[in-house]
Amino acid sequence: MRRRRVLWFWVFVGPFAAGLALFTYVPLLWSVGLSFFDAQNTVTPTHFVGLDNYTAMLRDDAFTGSLKTFLVFTAFIVPVTYLLSLSLALMVNRVRRARAFFRSVFFLPAACSYVVAALVWKMSIFNGVRFGLANTVLDWFGGDPVAWLSTTDPPWYWLVIVTVRLWLQAGFYMILFLAGLQRIDPVLYEAAAVDGARPGWTVLRHITLPQLRATSVAVLLLLVINAFQAFDEFYNLLSDARGYPPYARPPLVYLYYTALGQGQNLGLGSAGAVILALIIAVVTVGQARWLRLGRTDADG
Amino acid sequence: MAMSRRALLVAGAGVGAGALAACGSDTGRGGGGSGAALSQWYHQYGEPGTQQAVQRYAAAYKKAHVTVQWRPGNYDQQTAAALLTDSGPDVFEVNGPTLDQIQGGQVVDLTDLLDGVKDDFNPAVLTPKTYKGRIYGVPQVVDMQLLYYRKSLLKAAGVQPPATLDALVDAARTLTTSKVKGLFLGNDGGAGVLGGTPLYAAGLELVTEEGKAGFDDPAAARTLGKLRRLYADKSLLLGAPADWSDPSALLQGLTAMQWCGLWALPQIKQQLGDDFGVLPFPADGGQGRPTVPVGAYGAAVSARSRHREAAREYVKWLWVERTDYQEDFALSYGFHIPARISLAKKATQLHSGPAADAVRLATEHGYAQPLLWTPAAQTAYQDALSRIIKSGADPESELRAVVRKVSGELDRVKRTS
Repeated sequence: MRRRRVLWFWVFVGPFAAGLALFTYVPLLWSVGLSFFDAQNTVTPTHFVGLDNYTAMLRDDAFTGSLKTFLVFTAFIVPVTYLLSLSLALMVNRVRRARAFFRSVFFLPAACSYVVAALVWKMSIFNGVRFGLANTVLDWFGGDPVAWLSTTDPPWYWLVIVTVRLWLQAGFYMILFLAGLQRIDPVLYEAAAVDGARPGWTVLRHITLPQLRATSVAVLLLLVINAFQAFDEFYNLLSDARGYPPYARPPLVYLYYTALGQGQNLGLGSAGAVILALIIAVVTVGQARWLRLGRTDADG
Repeated sequence: MAMSRRALLVAGAGVGAGALAACGSDTGRGGGGSGAALSQWYHQYGEPGTQQAVQRYAAAYKKAHVTVQWRPGNYDQQTAAALLTDSGPDVFEVNGPTLDQIQGGQVVDLTDLLDGVKDDFNPAVLTPKTYKGRIYGVPQVVDMQLLYYRKSLLKAAGVQPPATLDALVDAARTLTTSKVKGLFLGNDGGAGVLGGTPLYAAGLELVTEEGKAGFDDPAAARTLGKLRRLYADKSLLLGAPADWSDPSALLQGLTAMQWCGLWALPQIKQQLGDDFGVLPFPADGGQGRPTVPVGAYGAAVSARSRHREAAREYVKWLWVERTDYQEDFALSYGFHIPARISLAKKATQLHSGPAADAVRLATEHGYAQPLLWTPAAQTAYQDALSRIIKSGADPESELRAVVRKVSGELDRVKRTS
């Protein structure tokens, strides 16, 4: 009996464990290994260089610059996405009619591919010529066409990047918040009303937000990790056949060009990836500690 | 014929699947052809008919069974990754090979294939495929970039085709109206596509013959500063739906002048008739000279190929011996200059009009990116150029940092050799 249980355990878990090991852990460890070698144009290097790749990456202005840019980007995009998706969830939760309709409408963009959305934003909404959608609207009010993705002063490209990201992500986090909202016991609201709490800000501040703690922590963690791992929409909005401009360059895009582009410096690229992974780990752990992840709402 | 072409495609797909499973096979094609089975990679050409043409050439080769893989997407990255494995191509075209590929022993020495005909290959494009006297790629066709302009728009604005960079800056400003911009250098303002071209126009170069950075000179900062003026004057078209490599912006009347490739010439000629002309990138300063960038995809053989000798023989057959195919490939689909000087002279399509001008520009003013100009050097330079053009960064201090980085790269590649 016991042997059969073991057998079935491996039948179900085995393929996934093998896949995980083969496609995630082996490449991961391999990459860590590569980061200590001079691995130019090879995945089986022989020349051990110790920490040289790490010091080279940390001295590389382009890499440290992209890390700084992304700290700022994270500090901006995380609260904005959080607030937007929470507001959407609160509004959808309150509508009496057609709630399913609104829920679907706001959630649908989450099903859209980042690449497709980026191309729509780049080529039709925010293209730089006079017949782009945004420029047509500007034209109604007498404004001159703006080259949204090519203008660095003011940095209009952030508007494009941030709007596409919000459009793609807000719906998904809204669903998480909606699930959280629907788990709140209505008795609490009734009790608050009896005690004279006015619906609106007071109830939100003292009932809804504290009850959403667990959801909020999860959403914030996911948002931070997502912001550091940004790649798709940036790459598709800003890169061209000749490379990527030196602004709004996510660390992953930079590493992509270093390791996998014509550079093919897999040692340097791996070192950068390890640095980035460490930063994400430190930030996530710190954030989890600070927000007391894992405590239940009752402890909060 | 249609049937066998389809069979070829299926075989190609089979090779792709084999590559995915990392288990290529020597004998996967029972009954097809004799001798070794070779796989040959091309990047996806936009011109209709090119794919069928290269498949026809491959099918005509009798000594080995050649399957053509037509690879859309980021070709340079695909080949770079494939060269690390045993399941990559035997023969492949490459916008290089790069110095790192040569030094890493990833590509095979092809020097002796060109015995006796080496002088017939355009030296501008053969040199960057040569390292320490050995040749690692056989140039297929010469491509070039140049400046197209609408004659009617220039005439209406009373502007002469610009012969100096200052004149180009002025012309672009004069030609700019609320509907039409003066000049299109790509959606990034020119940093990507121009690359080293303005430096050559200032009489400088990317890497000197002695292997040093060739733009450690005040003239470099002066010239690049003028590109900033184009941007600051708002004379540049930015954010066009199709980037510089596509002539749409010029054809749709979004710009009066556009930097584009020779490949667009047939399309421009078809739509604009005689209403266009071509120019080199204009000279700048006392030491300056007009300049156009030229480049060539070359046929290379992977060092990991199981049939290196057969692959070399096939390259020799197609890109050295079969001049009829080389001519067809260069001139029948889109528009390129044959890499063989004898073929370029023979080609009647290149004898008149803007096409003849383009050939003359390539011969007299062509420069090719040197082999020692590595991707890391390119990234550093392009980033700096972008900051100079778009953010108004100080050209001198930006260039100083680039010279430092490039010198480091040049030291690295010299150490490796």
